[in-house]
Amino acid sequence: MNAVTISGLVKAYGSHTVLPGLDLEIPTGEMFALLGPNGSGKTTLFRILATLLAPDQGSVSVGGFDVQRDPAGVRGVLGVVFQSPSLDRKLSIRENLRYAGALYNLHGTELRSRMDAALSALRLEEKADALVETLSGGQQRRTEIAKCLITQPKILLMDEPSTGLDPAARIDLWAVIAALRARTGLTVVFTSHLMDESEKADRVGILNAGRLAAAEAPANLLASAGPEVLRVATPDPQAVANWLRENRLEPHALDNEVRVGSPDAHPLAARLTASLGQAVYSTTVAKPTLEDVFLFRTGARLNE
Amino acid sequence: MNKSNLWRPAAALWHRDVVRFLRQRNRIIGALATPLVFWVLLGAGFTPSFRPDGGDPVSYLAYFFPGTLVLIMLFTAIFSTISVIEDRREGFLQGVLVAPVSPAAIVLGKFLGGTTLAVGQAILFCVLAPFAGIRFPIELLPSLALAFVLVAFSMTGLGFLVAWPMDSTQGFHAIMNIVLMPLWMVSGALFPIPPGNSVIGWLGAINPVTYGVAAIRQAMGGPEIPGVPNLGLSLAVTALFCVVTFLASLAIVLKRRKTA
Repeated sequence: MNAVTISGLVKAYGSHTVLPGLDLEIPTGEMFALLGPNGSGKTTLFRILATLLAPDQGSVSVGGFDVQRDPAGVRGVLGVVFQSPSLDRKLSIRENLRYAGALYNLHGTELRSRMDAALSALRLEEKADALVETLSGGQQRRTEIAKCLITQPKILLMDEPSTGLDPAARIDLWAVIAALRARTGLTVVFTSHLMDESEKADRVGILNAGRLAAAEAPANLLASAGPEVLRVATPDPQAVANWLRENRLEPHALDNEVRVGSPDAHPLAARLTASLGQAVYSTTVAKPTLEDVFLFRTGARLNE
Repeated sequence: MNKSNLWRPAAALWHRDVVRFLRQRNRIIGALATPLVFWVLLGAGFTPSFRPDGGDPVSYLAYFFPGTLVLIMLFTAIFSTISVIEDRREGFLQGVLVAPVSPAAIVLGKFLGGTTLAVGQAILFCVLAPFAGIRFPIELLPSLALAFVLVAFSMTGLGFLVAWPMDSTQGFHAIMNIVLMPLWMVSGALFPIPPGNSVIGWLGAINPVTYGVAAIRQAMGGPEIPGVPNLGLSLAVTALFCVVTFLASLAIVLKRRKTA
């Protein structure tokens, strides 16, 4: 069964169509990254999945429940981690967890044992009675996740989970998520604009202008960008791009750079430099990154 | 089975409001200080010349006491409901909105929280009643308690209705100054509403806050003021106002919530 099924999803704000007709299926147990720049429709899709925003057309089901016909059903199986924390800063970690549990009708020993389990899973026991406003960014994010976990969601939805975290806290966070998935088979869907983060997912969906440009395993996406990528630093991207096209390649020109996927990038670089001379400052051959994939699939850069 | 939970979430939201408030001492002082200053200064200034209906002089400190209580409850309710604005955009309420919680729980939790805080503050202010020569008649205490609860509940309702649709706290302050404060001013809180045909008379009569002030005034056994509606009517209208603000609040929450 799919954890998430989206078909023909349309969403517009006034005359501005953000999602012009999206189809996506995420199988149960998968970790799916939704990658896209600002304005790609990522946040809108997140809010629709979280039952905070209604679709204009199409159908969206989460955990087998339709987001419009049965939002309460969706809410019952979904854990949501927001970009801006949904914690009460004036309350302690334990109090935040207790109130969150009450929203899901949890109480008594059941609630206490789940709270203890979540606190220990996220290594927050020592801070349990500290007010949230006194915690570090990483601790707050972990509290946020602990808050989700006490409801034992089947699907965890996270919006830019690494935002505001330092590298150590980031590594920490993903270790916790990996351990959870191994133990519970949780489905994880998260939005991101960070490449290294997305590579942890089973599949990466590339969202561009409200359309899914790709949804594949990171390794496949990388392979599709060519075994190697040639990056050419140049003052005249047009000339370099034209030369590459004449050689039946599909270059992507940026401001002072041209990138192209190629099976034999080293000889290509040599021929290019010999032909264009002055127009080539430097050439670099590297393994493709998801950023290259993004550029090749959408013609746009991810982080502007 | 209804998957949207009501009572436990409502109780949790209620409890959370009270805990939060008690952790922010400046809010307690803030909601009490302004009305207190009004009461002391206006009381000192008006008492020598205050003659409601040209009759016997009445201490303005005593006259203004119920109005001050209502202002305290209004301020406390506003401080309590204004958090909805920030909470919804980024904060605690996000988590509530994605939980399987009935809209009624969100409204009820907030109303009970605001009511508890407002009643608490009002009781705190009653410590000053002896300075106005007010002695609470024992037989009227149940009515006074009821009046406190109803007024606090309806003030929270007013605050909620203003706060929920708002995107910024700045907007709230504008509404407070041009709607909420005038409602309080023409309620008989500051001056007796002249009986009979006059603009102020009519405004006072259709203003639901008038009945809240009147209920508290009568239940404190204060001096007879001409034109003030009797206790039964005052309590009934205030109770009706509670129902109306609660249902209206429920309707606006449902409207948003239905979208998803």
